[in-house]
Amino acid sequence: MMSDVIQVAELTKHYPAGRGAAPVRAVDGIEFAVREGEVFGFLGPNGAGKTTTIRMLTGLTRPTAGRARVLGFDLATDVTRIKKRIGVAPETSNLYDELSACDNLVFAMQLYGVPRRERKTRAEELLARFRLGEKRDTSFAKLSRGMRRALTVAAALAHRPPLLFLDEPTTGLDVMSARSLRGMIADLRDEGVTVFLTTHYLEEAERLCDRIAIIVNGRIVALDTVDGLKARVQKRAVVEAVLADDSGGVETVRFESDDISVAVQAVLAQAAADSRRVLSVNTLQPTLEDVFVHLTGLGAEAMLAEKGGKGGAHAGG
Amino acid sequence: MLADDLRGMWYIAMKDLRAYYFKPPNISWGIMFPFAFVLAFAIRNPGELRQLVPGLLALTILFGTSSMEAIVIVFERRIGSLERLLLAPVRLPALLAGKLLGGMTFGLTVTAVVLLVALAVFGAGSVNWPLLALALLLAAAAFSALGAVREVFEAQTLANFVRFPMMFLGGIFVPLSSMPPALQVVARALPLTYAVETLRAALDGRALPTTALDLGALAAFTAALFWLAVRALARRTA
Repeated sequence: MMSDVIQVAELTKHYPAGRGAAPVRAVDGIEFAVREGEVFGFLGPNGAGKTTTIRMLTGLTRPTAGRARVLGFDLATDVTRIKKRIGVAPETSNLYDELSACDNLVFAMQLYGVPRRERKTRAEELLARFRLGEKRDTSFAKLSRGMRRALTVAAALAHRPPLLFLDEPTTGLDVMSARSLRGMIADLRDEGVTVFLTTHYLEEAERLCDRIAIIVNGRIVALDTVDGLKARVQKRAVVEAVLADDSGGVETVRFESDDISVAVQAVLAQAAADSRRVLSVNTLQPTLEDVFVHLTGLGAEAMLAEKGGKGGAHAGG
Repeated sequence: MLADDLRGMWYIAMKDLRAYYFKPPNISWGIMFPFAFVLAFAIRNPGELRQLVPGLLALTILFGTSSMEAIVIVFERRIGSLERLLLAPVRLPALLAGKLLGGMTFGLTVTAVVLLVALAVFGAGSVNWPLLALALLLAAAAFSALGAVREVFEAQTLANFVRFPMMFLGGIFVPLSSMPPALQVVARALPLTYAVETLRAALDGRALPTTALDLGALAAFTAALFWLAVRALARRTA
């Protein structure tokens, strides 16, 4: 049976005013639940409250108000038990420059109590999986940016946590590294790991996430599956078809209806009436970008402002 | 949970020793610095060099334990890797204790080398070994906690205002009894003073009760400074 691995109610983080800065409501009474085994996307522009939410749920920052349960434990009273069972890959690749790739993984396992006899095998397994086998003895400082990112995610998985937090995993990565990391995240879901993922890349969220919460100015403005979010924007079904006649003439026709089956039937009726063949039929869906713009009133470029630029924005096929 | 804390503390210390402390430049610097200091003093004031051994040991522990903590705390916080420890199932006091254990281990290792040299030159005489071990351990703990407070508060400049006068007021070069009364009061507020006194007692072969107050003072300094560092770190990382 599917159960909730994260339950959040009225979670709030305020930062008081200080040194000329105005008080900030970084996260403002959010509510959501993450189901076991899903990839849950937390999508929003920079400064929306994504990282603050992760910091609260992983025990790095104390909430100002509200409650949360993670893997059945109360965040307020059982934070150490929660920490023991979750994996976190923060926004910055923050392993130890002085240690080798393998030693970094072993240290992560030591901290989380992985038995000594399992450490070496597990480290080798993770290195192979993240294609870092040949870099086993290379110090973290000497790895490429993409490898550093991959190793940071690998370290978060070292103790086999059932719940993984990934904060902007592909920000700043080149297209190939970002794509490869996305493949690894998809594999994790297939293995039953629940993934809480923050991103400001719309395409990444669309590709990876089972459900997405859109957060703006510390508030969740929408939470649904990708299709559900799109359905909110698109009230009418749009079907586009390419029809060909015997002389080789090709025409693209478009039908709109409240009901998608009516639109599809209209395509077929049109083809039959003109004695034309149907070459292709497509249903036109709004992109997540359309949804985002519709729900937030912000341009999609708001997502790309400041951080990272477009480096890993496109999933690259 | 306690098992997690103890394990975390141990591995944090081991990781720090491996990643930062036991690098050749740190070892040679840790050993050379106190010798250079004492040599400079001895050239200026030739006399009974043996009297300087407790101070030499205390200085070695002071610099050995506390000089690297800037890297293990402030530097790690700046580059973000301290966050890895804060995310781990290790409570804050255990995390900080791990950091201190690393500093103590390095400080005591370097001090052991200096002690061997001093014994080779001056002979072991009537050293009270158990007392010496206890004195070194408590001094390392106190200085390590002092270093942590300095780093957590990011008060390095201020700390040097304290550390250098401490070297002159701590009874290393000038016996406490020959200082003006006002300075004696200041000296009594410094952990180095108690470290020098108890090390002197141990090297002179005196019994533990004669220096129990010094040991107690070092333990009290350790506890108070550790508590202060944990509180400050909690506030700064929340």
